[in-house]
Amino acid sequence: MTEVKQMSDSSMEFEETLKAQATQLKEMLDSGNMSGALSIISDLNNTRDKTLYIEVGRLTRSLHESIRNFHIDSANSPDTDLNSIEDASDRLAYVVDMTNKAANKTLDLVEATMPYASGISNEAQQLKEDWTRLQKKQMKPEEFRILTATMGTFLAKLSDDSDKVYANLSEILLTQDFQDLTGQVINRVMGLVKDVELSLVELVRMAGKVDELTGTVHQLEKQETGIEGEGPQLHAEKREDLVAGQDDVDDLLSSLGF
Amino acid sequence: MNKDMKILVVDDFSTMRRIIKNLLRDLGFSNTDEADDGNTALPMLQTGKYDFLVTDWNMPGMTGIELLQHVRADESLKTLPVLMVTAEAKRDQIVAAAQAGVNGYVVKPFTAAVLKEKIEKIFERIDS
Repeated sequence: MTEVKQMSDSSMEFEETLKAQATQLKEMLDSGNMSGALSIISDLNNTRDKTLYIEVGRLTRSLHESIRNFHIDSANSPDTDLNSIEDASDRLAYVVDMTNKAANKTLDLVEATMPYASGISNEAQQLKEDWTRLQKKQMKPEEFRILTATMGTFLAKLSDDSDKVYANLSEILLTQDFQDLTGQVINRVMGLVKDVELSLVELVRMAGKVDELTGTVHQLEKQETGIEGEGPQLHAEKREDLVAGQDDVDDLLSSLGF
Repeated sequence: MNKDMKILVVDDFSTMRRIIKNLLRDLGFSNTDEADDGNTALPMLQTGKYDFLVTDWNMPGMTGIELLQHVRADESLKTLPVLMVTAEAKRDQIVAAAQAGVNGYVVKPFTAAVLKEKIEKIFERIDS
């Protein structure tokens, strides 16, 4: 623990050492002691290198640690479905697979159910016409006998088909259980991302310190052509550069003469 | 609008292709084929069998916007009506698609009614 504490304080120590050594350096130069001054400059370099090594080493360890913890978590997971999943990328592939299966199963069931609905609708339409003629007393006894038979068949079929529709809808309902499993997996991956992000922020902070020490200035240029596909955007309602929905798209296109 | 016209649906996700195919069928268009990106779609289109192209934007391989550019640059395909159905929601991207010569643009998530309206609008213009 002491070691860790020491290391996280290392950059602060560095600043203090730097100040102390700078004062010494000035004294040496003022008194004309060149060899002493050069030795202090060399010390300064050593101090800087040491601080960097310690910080980079610490960051590497904490990165390694968060990745290792992630593996341990997955191995200890009580959820058997998650045991075999070794890393974040595999976990996300699992999410893609689960959602894909669920979407396909739902589509299968919907496609299987639609013909029942349209069949019931078509037959009911036919019966409604006959029924109207019966009510208007426009039906011959022979036609009435046929209608009675058709009605009997229809009611039996209606009962069967409604059961099938109900069963398929229940199955569609159950197919949504992927949300629970994929949600758990995504939450775990988000945990890892958060850990890695913290370590990266620290690394960036350290890199910034190095730049500050060496006086490096970076030219950061963001290249955007507007032609790259980016996938779904978040917080569309808060951003000026995005359309909030189809109405916005239509307005924009009509302003372009569409 | 000819309900028998042949439509190519291009999307890298098979579920989205199925959803679009189902919606098209409900609108009376049952003559549909599928492709999973621009590289697969372009040779299919070049056979000259297709009357209408419905494409996603963001796909591995050749993207939808590149496919649109290839279609517009191809002498035999340049008048093919193209509807983009995509999650890409940047104003710049929509402008880029319009400049590339798209005939309609639908943002995901979308409804059956929106898809119907856009297809009807495209063919109203072509037929008039």
